[in-house]
Amino acid sequence: MDKQSHPEGKRVDMGRVVVEVMPKPEILDPQGKAIGTGLQRLGIEGFEVRQGKRFELTFEGEATPEVIAEIERAATTLLSNPVIEDVVAIREEAAEARAEHPSTAIGAASDAVAEANDVEASAR
Amino acid sequence: MSGDRSQYTAGGPLIGAPQSTSPTPGASGARIGVVTFPGSLDDRDAMRAVSLAGARPVQLWHRDTSLTDVDAVVLPGGFSYGDYLRCGAIARFAPIMESVIDAAQGGMPVLGICNGFQVLCEAHLLPGALVRNENQKFTCRDQRLIVESTSTAWTNQFAEGQEIVIPLKNGEGGYMASEEVLDELEGTGRVVFRYLGPNPNGSRRAIAGISNERGNVVGLMPHPEHAVEAGYGPDTEDGIRTGTDGQGIFTSVLATLVNA
Repeated sequence: MDKQSHPEGKRVDMGRVVVEVMPKPEILDPQGKAIGTGLQRLGIEGFEVRQGKRFELTFEGEATPEVIAEIERAATTLLSNPVIEDVVAIREEAAEARAEHPSTAIGAASDAVAEANDVEASAR
Repeated sequence: MSGDRSQYTAGGPLIGAPQSTSPTPGASGARIGVVTFPGSLDDRDAMRAVSLAGARPVQLWHRDTSLTDVDAVVLPGGFSYGDYLRCGAIARFAPIMESVIDAAQGGMPVLGICNGFQVLCEAHLLPGALVRNENQKFTCRDQRLIVESTSTAWTNQFAEGQEIVIPLKNGEGGYMASEEVLDELEGTGRVVFRYLGPNPNGSRRAIAGISNERGNVVGLMPHPEHAVEAGYGPDTEDGIRTGTDGQGIFTSVLATLVNA
């Protein structure tokens, strides 16, 4: 459990649950297809891409069964549309594992790419 | 800007007040609500279409909880809540929607156009869902449709099998539902509009619009409200922008209300 400062100055335990949603296998995923085409343009070949969504629900306290039940309700009512999407994962994650993006290898890499793009754009 | 604006309107307003061209007898007292969500775009056009059909448009706000005394409701096109999460997913939980859902279940005519259709699906008033166009492109064009069901509150003034042309403009208009649901829609005559010619967005079975079992709730992706006034509609053999095939939707609901 991570400690985050509370508005009143108290430190409270924060819990975090991740919900992942994917388009159903039988539904064509045009976004994933477009991304796959983009990868090919970069010379990254041989991948079929499907794009889903990741939701992070942070809350005060622990992930009790009641909290998880509420999140399951959220996942099936608003976060996903069961006609076209599946909730593929609901799992608790350590709140301190939050990806502060520049400090992770992937985050740093994406920053480098963004900077390179900026340089390229300004050179044009 | 303030003061005298007559210089701008000396030759009459740029766009005139709506003149009803095909009034339904007894329809002038009918009140048709048009809901504005944050990001709705075609609410004004829908209200104008209601006026042109000879009824009174009533502006409804997403934060309202009452439909006041309207006789029917239109959920217009646009990008409610920026299409965040999924098209229509946030609007579906707007305060006004509780009243819309209650009224629809009680038999009030409800029409969802484009984003409104997406909202109706998210609200489970209609089955299925709309997903991103198969060709990954936003499509905007005059679209040929066939009217397959004339037994709904919004299509009774068309002839069955009638071909119409109204604008289509969407990025997420692919109609999806399970095979069982599609079979049920077909078997019970609830496919109301079908695309003619090439399927513009990958909709299953080229479905452009459907209705609920009772026929009071109809949703469609193309925009009838953009084809109600000569000069602003699709091109026809009679001349450019002369198409008014969308009028039938609005005269139909008035016939439904007058005959109720």
